[in-house]
Amino acid sequence: MAESKNSRAPGARSPSGYRRGVRAVLPLIPAVLAFGASFGVLAQAAGMGAVASLVMSATTFAGSAQFAVVSVLGAGGTAVAAIVAAVLLNARYGPMALAAAGVFRGGPLRRLLEAQLLVDESWALSNRDGRFDRKVMLGAGAFLYLGWNAGTAIGVVAGDSLADPATLGLDAAFPALFLALLAPLLSSRTAVAAALLGGGIALALTPITPAGVPVIAATAACLVGLTRPRSVPTGDKRPAGQSPRGRSRPQEAQL
Amino acid sequence: MSAAWIAVIVVGAATIALKAAGPVFAAERELPVGASRVVGLLAPALLAALVATQAFATDESLVIDERGAGLLAGAVAVLLRAPLLVVILVAAATAAGLRAIS
Repeated sequence: MAESKNSRAPGARSPSGYRRGVRAVLPLIPAVLAFGASFGVLAQAAGMGAVASLVMSATTFAGSAQFAVVSVLGAGGTAVAAIVAAVLLNARYGPMALAAAGVFRGGPLRRLLEAQLLVDESWALSNRDGRFDRKVMLGAGAFLYLGWNAGTAIGVVAGDSLADPATLGLDAAFPALFLALLAPLLSSRTAVAAALLGGGIALALTPITPAGVPVIAATAACLVGLTRPRSVPTGDKRPAGQSPRGRSRPQEAQL
Repeated sequence: MSAAWIAVIVVGAATIALKAAGPVFAAERELPVGASRVVGLLAPALLAALVATQAFATDESLVIDERGAGLLAGAVAVLLRAPLLVVILVAAATAAGLRAIS
């Protein structure tokens, strides 16, 4: 990865790493609460039952997979169909957790428990140039976990009286968040190539594969890291606008 | 057992296992240089895929709707180096505003 003195390095007045993680994730908490609540509402409407909904948020702790289960069961689908959809959606956590494996400590049980705090947002917020900050991961993950479960409980209790998060535009908050986290990573041509290829794969596969597959398949884009510094192997799919030449002159990535 | 409980238990167990497998079994091993270069690129690849699917995918089709407009507004905020909270607010407000007038 490119060496870059990141402007987002810990500032002078950031006392503890965990608190930095909590602070980093704070802007997202309203959206997480709202989506947790809408999961609770939809799960009740689909007949999942209050306890099962709460247990699911506490154990699965992954929004898209939980919504998938609710929508499959709500439409009269079988448990198997719901499970397949949700596991496909969560399969990305395999490679994501492997990439961040170094931040978790202790024996197997403690690692297993700590790793549960890994979700898209805590993974992305704690990532700096391919390395992961343990305290940001755990601080952000724990706060997200509280928000998601509190939101679910609110939704289960309050039911239909809540506003749809889409009305508030909260569904647009997440892609914007991931874009904001992506931008500082685009400091090398290879990173730009991986991002373009990853996004392209995801868009191309969306209409033709079950939900979840596009994001897993997009992880293959990180194989551009195997390309040699001076040339791109022939036959390799090259994202538009990426010239194989002129790599010797690193330039600031543009979004 | 109801279908809901079966799904809750199996999906929960599978997700816990997916998240834990790498940290439990591979944490002590140093990755070779080539592999760490690849793993370092996982973040841009995955984040771009999340941006693409969360903004433009609805179930299994591509759609351009208020989320896309929110993303565009958020991208402008990112280019202007706005703080994360501002980026998120700009995106959400854009999507909410467009929905309110449509």
